[in-house]
Amino acid sequence: MTAFRDSPWSAVLVMLLGVMATLAIPKWVDDFALIQITIYVVMAILAISQAFIWGFSGILCFGQASFFGLGAYTYALSVINMGESTLPVLLAIALPGLFALLLGYFMFYGRLSDVYMGVITLTVSLIFFNSVNSTAGPEWRIGNAPLGGFNGIPSIPSINYPGNPEDTLDPLAFFYLSAFSLIAIYGGLRWLISSRIGHVIVAIKENEQRATLLGFDARAFKLFAFTLGGCIAGLAGCFFANWGSFTSPTIFSLAQSAQIIVWVIVGGLGTLVGPIIGCMAIQWLTTQIGTQQTFNSNLVLGVILVVFVLLVPKGIIPSLGDVLQKLFGKKVTKGEEA
Amino acid sequence: MDLALIVSVQVLYAVATLVIISAGLAVIFGMMRVINLAHGEFLMLGAYSAIFATKAGINIWIAMLVVAPICVGLFGIVVERLIIRHLYGRMVDTMLATWGLSLLCVGLVTSLIGNTTSGVSTPEGNFSIGAYSVSFYTSALIVIAVLLLFAIRWVLRSTDWGLIARGTMQNPAMADVLGISPTRVYSITFAVGAALSGLAGGLLAPVSGVVPTMGASFIAKAFITVIGGGSSILAGTASASALFGLINQLATFITTPVFGEVALFIAAVVMLRMLPQGITGRFFKGSL
Amino acid sequence: MDRRKFIQTTAGGIAAGTAGMYGSSALAADDIKVGSIHDLSGGLDIYGKPMVDALTLAIEEQNAAGGLLGKKVALINYDSQSNMQKYTEYAQMAALKDKVAVVHGGITSASREVIRPVLTKNKTLYFYNTQYEGGVCDRNTFCTGVTPAQTVQKLIPYSMKKWGKKVYVIAADYNYGQITSQWVKKYVTEGGGSVQAIEFFPLDVTNFGPTIAKIEAAKPDFVVSALVGGAHMSFYRQWGAAGMLKKIPMASSTFSVGNEQVVLAPEECNGMVLSYNYFEKIATPQNKAFLAAFHKRFGADYPNVTELAMGTYQGFKLWAEAVKKAGSIDRVKVIEALESGISIDAPSGKVTVDGASHHCILDVSLAEVKNKKLDILQTFSQQAPSDTSAVCNLKKNPADNQQYVIKV
Repeated sequence: MTAFRDSPWSAVLVMLLGVMATLAIPKWVDDFALIQITIYVVMAILAISQAFIWGFSGILCFGQASFFGLGAYTYALSVINMGESTLPVLLAIALPGLFALLLGYFMFYGRLSDVYMGVITLTVSLIFFNSVNSTAGPEWRIGNAPLGGFNGIPSIPSINYPGNPEDTLDPLAFFYLSAFSLIAIYGGLRWLISSRIGHVIVAIKENEQRATLLGFDARAFKLFAFTLGGCIAGLAGCFFANWGSFTSPTIFSLAQSAQIIVWVIVGGLGTLVGPIIGCMAIQWLTTQIGTQQTFNSNLVLGVILVVFVLLVPKGIIPSLGDVLQKLFGKKVTKGEEA
Repeated sequence: MDLALIVSVQVLYAVATLVIISAGLAVIFGMMRVINLAHGEFLMLGAYSAIFATKAGINIWIAMLVVAPICVGLFGIVVERLIIRHLYGRMVDTMLATWGLSLLCVGLVTSLIGNTTSGVSTPEGNFSIGAYSVSFYTSALIVIAVLLLFAIRWVLRSTDWGLIARGTMQNPAMADVLGISPTRVYSITFAVGAALSGLAGGLLAPVSGVVPTMGASFIAKAFITVIGGGSSILAGTASASALFGLINQLATFITTPVFGEVALFIAAVVMLRMLPQGITGRFFKGSL
Repeated sequence: MDRRKFIQTTAGGIAAGTAGMYGSSALAADDIKVGSIHDLSGGLDIYGKPMVDALTLAIEEQNAAGGLLGKKVALINYDSQSNMQKYTEYAQMAALKDKVAVVHGGITSASREVIRPVLTKNKTLYFYNTQYEGGVCDRNTFCTGVTPAQTVQKLIPYSMKKWGKKVYVIAADYNYGQITSQWVKKYVTEGGGSVQAIEFFPLDVTNFGPTIAKIEAAKPDFVVSALVGGAHMSFYRQWGAAGMLKKIPMASSTFSVGNEQVVLAPEECNGMVLSYNYFEKIATPQNKAFLAAFHKRFGADYPNVTELAMGTYQGFKLWAEAVKKAGSIDRVKVIEALESGISIDAPSGKVTVDGASHHCILDVSLAEVKNKKLDILQTFSQQAPSDTSAVCNLKKNPADNQQYVIKV
């Protein structure tokens, strides 16, 4: 079972299923549901960035929201100023990536590890939150675009077909864009993990000292992984700004970062497809909870999370994997252990 | 001159506040390596306990200093029993569980008590330093923070229980061999940490708006202080609070409260970069 | 239950739930649907809950009187959980999935600016019932709350006459606070006074010690507060603790909207002067009847019916009146009915829709905080929303769609 899971065929299978779902969904659901599913897909891109840097590179980043927010704000500010969206999308990927590069350099080359890194990343996201939150005054603007402080930036123009500012993406096209981006990123990451670089990154996560003694510069590899994670989160932020035509400082908040971590844990740390599912499940759940009146939303979500941790600690996908293993796995005799 | 005095009082107050809100988390994280994301909610429960006790007629000081810690300490025992116990050594899972717990607490309090409750006003009154007024309560908090540090030191250093707790944290297997039950020690330590958080909540009830979501404003700073302090509970918390409180309040005076917060955060980032193991990873090493 | 069983049952539950989610709702197909998007959890729930209660009461009263156009009115309520993303999601849900006839919702100006474009794009009528900084000009939106030209314009001259001409302003750091503080400055300057300083505080600031010291150093005649939310309550606490209430009086454009006067002790807020459309002590017969019905429905110990709750109640009544006049729930017909100048006799007095600006002409009262209650000092009848009317005329420019930041 594990052999299948790690082989390229499982990645191909997942991607195939993803493509089929993407093509089938618009035919079955109405407009509103499509828009809903789109935001789940966008958040899943964010989840996968955290899943990659945490599950595969061992970097506990408590502030992935920083890159998410940077992507959203970069897109918003540049598209309002430039009027055309192709460059802003690229900037929304590059700027968070650059910031991740700088922050990563700051942290990894200072030999910071685990919980201390978590605190620094958390603090950085709070610095963003507090700073952007105080920009409500009219003097805070970049070019034509006011930063808006707590109010955020409303009415953000949508992505248009390259070269044609009037021709913006309709909900269906945007859904395809997000979904295929997610599938492509998933495929790309799986490919990366199975490549030589990926093996080194995972080795560093398992035992950094051993990897260093074997001659690999752990800091450089971690920096690479962290930057990549930042780029992906930035793209998610760009799509998010598009989906709601809106962004605000709460995108940098502790609650947002904690949410991402919850998605990854629920889906299964150490897998890529798990956090995608975990993210969608929890997003859907919180939306449903908000439409009923009987119980307070926080109460319901809190109970679900606590029960989940106690009963399904590994997360959805690994637990499902265990279940499938028990049902279909090869029988091992006493002397043979995998 | 007056201004200098008022600034010093405010700085000491900021440091004292940080000490008070971080003490509980320092015990739980420092001794058990449990990341308790529900720390802010323990504070909130302590604040509500103090309020209800005061409204029921108990003297406000007793409500804050006795009732609040006891209530939240008991709650901590229950939480440890039901949830944390199963998750020792699994940092990731404790994060998720305590985050769920924090949502649960907020939801529960909102449903049961609602979000408009009358609070308690600050006891005692105020005095003047030149043209400025300072409330007596501010000075009281400063004194309490100092006493708290001494109390923790005394318990850990000079009591049997403190010794047992420290020993169990260092080497649970050894403690078990020597006849001490590690599970009981963990349970009591978690309860003590919770009680300290409850105390903090009770003490802060008169000076902040007590609403079910008040925990959110404290948790980030508490975490940054505790982890910035490093592995020693006492020296770490004290030194980190002193450093961050000073920077925060000075920056607030010079600019605005927001940039005061940002200054605190930037200081934390820079400091952690220079001292990757926290303050007590380098200075006061090996102390309590 | 072992782990496998748990996963199976959960998976089954989720599958069943998914099937249910996109299926039909349990309402009768014939009901008129009214959407409500308010924060019932998170930091802003102190505002949201009374608003939803008032809306519930208004709808129940309408149904008891025979419904609207012979049909039952059904409330579809969304808890936006003080989360902007949820506001967007629920606005889309209300417009596209539930296809409601009207949405009453949005609390902070930020949340309004999130749902307004969504509802306008999806052609669903929108009522914003919260007091705010003025300037919204959108054919699809009606604002029933008071604006600075109605409240601040009364608050400042009264305070200046009572206390003096030097003013210190503290405000919440977002569009409401920023714009309202400009209005305060305008009225202070017009009255011959001076604003010593305007300080802004983001919504989660709780550390006001240095600010209080700065205010003391400036020695103003009074302080104007436009602080918002649970965290800002700590200012009033700390202010009272430092004994400032007896030394420097305070006026506020936001206090009591979250029932702060119930949460704080009398020594922390007595004497504060406020200005709004609605106070519980208004002596009209409609108000007496309303309070009786409200307390019967929600309990005699309900803290206080807030300005925003009454705004929501009145907003629904206005919409219902327009539907009756138009004879249909069709959006354009209802808008035309509203623009023709609908009027209702509400608990706060007469409320009339100003057709050109899509805002309301309301009675405005000055009140003082006293022992957890609000005592009325003066009432001004039928104040026009002159700030928004000055810049917005939707009868002449129906295609207008923006929020004007009114230059003071």
